[in-house]
Amino acid sequence: MTVIDANRMHEIEAHYPEYFHRSFRQRFGGLMILIATLLYSLYAVWFFDLPKLFAEAHWERVGIYLSQWVSYDVQPEFRIKDDGSIEVRYPRFSPLGDNPHPDWLVDNPDDSITVSISGASRTVTVSKSQTIVTAHGISVPVEVTSGAPKVVGPVPGWMTVYDDNVLADLGFAGNVSISVDRVKIRKRFIGWANFVFDTQSSFFDKPIGEVVSLIVSGPRIKPDQSNLSLAFDDIWNNSEWQHGDVWTKLFQTIVMAFLGTLLGSLAAFPLAFLAARNITPNRLLNQILKRFFDFLRSVDMLIWALFLTRALGPGPLAGSGAIFLTETGTLGKLYSEGLENIDNKPREGIQSTGAQTVLVHRYGIMPQIVPVIVSQTLYQWESNVRGATIIGAVGAGGIGLKLWEAMRTNANWENVAYMVILILLVVFLFDAASNALRHRLMGTKTH
Amino acid sequence: MTVADTQPQMQSTREIRTAWERMVARRRFYTILGLVILIAAFASSVRFADESNAGHFFDRLPHLFDFLSWLIPKDWNDVWRALFDIASVNDKGGEEFNFDKGRVYISGAFYIPEYFELMIVTINVALISTIVAFVFAVPLSFFAARNLTRSWPLRIFTKRLMEFLRAFPEIVIAGLFSAILSIGPVAAIIAITLHTIGALGKLFYEVAENIDMKPHEGMKAVGANWCERVRFAALPQVLPNFTSYALLRLEINVRASTIIGAVGGGGIGEELKLSISRGFGAKTMALVLLLFVTIVAVDQFSAWLRRRLVGEHAFLLQH
Repeated sequence: MTVIDANRMHEIEAHYPEYFHRSFRQRFGGLMILIATLLYSLYAVWFFDLPKLFAEAHWERVGIYLSQWVSYDVQPEFRIKDDGSIEVRYPRFSPLGDNPHPDWLVDNPDDSITVSISGASRTVTVSKSQTIVTAHGISVPVEVTSGAPKVVGPVPGWMTVYDDNVLADLGFAGNVSISVDRVKIRKRFIGWANFVFDTQSSFFDKPIGEVVSLIVSGPRIKPDQSNLSLAFDDIWNNSEWQHGDVWTKLFQTIVMAFLGTLLGSLAAFPLAFLAARNITPNRLLNQILKRFFDFLRSVDMLIWALFLTRALGPGPLAGSGAIFLTETGTLGKLYSEGLENIDNKPREGIQSTGAQTVLVHRYGIMPQIVPVIVSQTLYQWESNVRGATIIGAVGAGGIGLKLWEAMRTNANWENVAYMVILILLVVFLFDAASNALRHRLMGTKTH
Repeated sequence: MTVADTQPQMQSTREIRTAWERMVARRRFYTILGLVILIAAFASSVRFADESNAGHFFDRLPHLFDFLSWLIPKDWNDVWRALFDIASVNDKGGEEFNFDKGRVYISGAFYIPEYFELMIVTINVALISTIVAFVFAVPLSFFAARNLTRSWPLRIFTKRLMEFLRAFPEIVIAGLFSAILSIGPVAAIIAITLHTIGALGKLFYEVAENIDMKPHEGMKAVGANWCERVRFAALPQVLPNFTSYALLRLEINVRASTIIGAVGGGGIGEELKLSISRGFGAKTMALVLLLFVTIVAVDQFSAWLRRRLVGEHAFLLQH
């Protein structure tokens, strides 16, 4: 490698001044933009008050919510009656139904009850006089004979003592709340409880083999309905998971996107011919239509949805209308741009044979523009399926509202997970289908 | 030429003709079949949508423009008053004409009207999410580009990650974070940022895959490592297009932040939703006007900037 000496360097510098004496903007423009962006980011941190917000955030909820996506809990309650016996109760909509003795709940010979929260290492034994919580390798007895629960011995870090109850936090596996006359246990299980049959169903808690044999050859559970249709009814109207409702709403979302895009495409198609400069040589008309498309797009889908839910009432019709109006604007713009980019020679050729305008359009323009139109429309349909989940949340029908309601209650995160998975599946399916169709139409292969 | 010579030729012409006709007939059949399926799907979709809607289309058709009548205020000056928070003469204690409530005082008597403040929040949400997403999407797009990253597991993983971020419903992220961070615009920022990383990442890696590889080879020949190659060979080529796409995304994000706002993320969307659902004509007009002007202004500005960056390119409106 040759080493460049100073003279040679000056020579090069003199020879290519444009590379060595660049203007202030060229030299520092990028840096200034970077600094401006950084300053803006700092301003945004102050504007949204991020440090305070993040300090006050309930980060522990992340774990709780995320674990609720894939798990459920059972909350048995042990009441110590005056005569010394212990009564087990479950809340009204317990995932176990009315089963007071699952196999993780053991009756001991001395009338106490042992609950296994996570195997043998984390257990709770409830008896008349005291509750023993075993976890993290130690057993902590809590006396309940006096007016308030009292921890015997030192209080471990995972236990909190309040005035009238003691709370033991056993991590993901659950927690125990002990007061004088009752012990509340929350035991967490991985999985989605009662996903197929809810606790009201006649098929609840039966093994798969038994359900199948009941459906195929069992005696009728309800005399006026076959077991197959009863089973289907029970699944479809599952009160916890609401499969029927969720799937209907999901279908509504797809239909909304389909109707809106199709109608928008039908409306945009003739308008695009009038808006294209090369096809309709009327500047005023071109401009009016293009501004009209801009207007339809910039008054957003959300605003159209809000107006239409007022006009038509909440439901998929309002959503379709909103997508239709926005799509007329979007597709009108895309189509007219596509039309302006076509090759004019076939048109001129057909014109020179003295063909009518309709025929010129049919044979001179259509073959060129159809693949573009179909591809754009498919793409918009696909992206509208995604968009329709959001406008659904403001009342325009579809799965959005259901999703929003499930989140608002802060308790049904497993239902949210179920709907999210369905939405993701639909979006990916549409993605793949529209990609495949587009590639066939355009005759190109990418990816 | 004898008859015997022409006969087989005529036969072959006829064969070609019949084959052609058969082909045309089949094509026509498929076209008609496709149309029939489309029309059937359309008709049943209309029926389904109409039946599951709260009000039916033909029942509501005569009332379709009723909402326009409440939208038109009795006193047109109320629109301006609502926009600039000037006390209305129509104010009778209700919230409909209570305009001077939400002022944000800067110093002395100088104030920002409520709606302008909300609009500033909304634009800031869009701007900061685009900037943060840009910062994440650039490196991710280089990992996903076929010509820059040789390891296919990394490439496939990045592409799938971006697809996942794109497809994940934004309201779920917004809902999750508004439960964690308390309700406000930051949940919307996170939701929009995550979506934008996926959307920009896809556009970016498509740009990165189409670059001229000669500078890259040159850098490689002098022994530059991966980071240096990307920085000095790829980045200068893709930066104008990247910026242009980011600006395009900014336009989309201004709208997105209004939508997310309407489902609980604060900003102007929430106010608009409340105003429409309560039937406040003048307030709604003021909000729509402000939103319309802002979106058109952002669109025009970014179109102008994009033209300066990459010239007269027709860009797709991609979500």
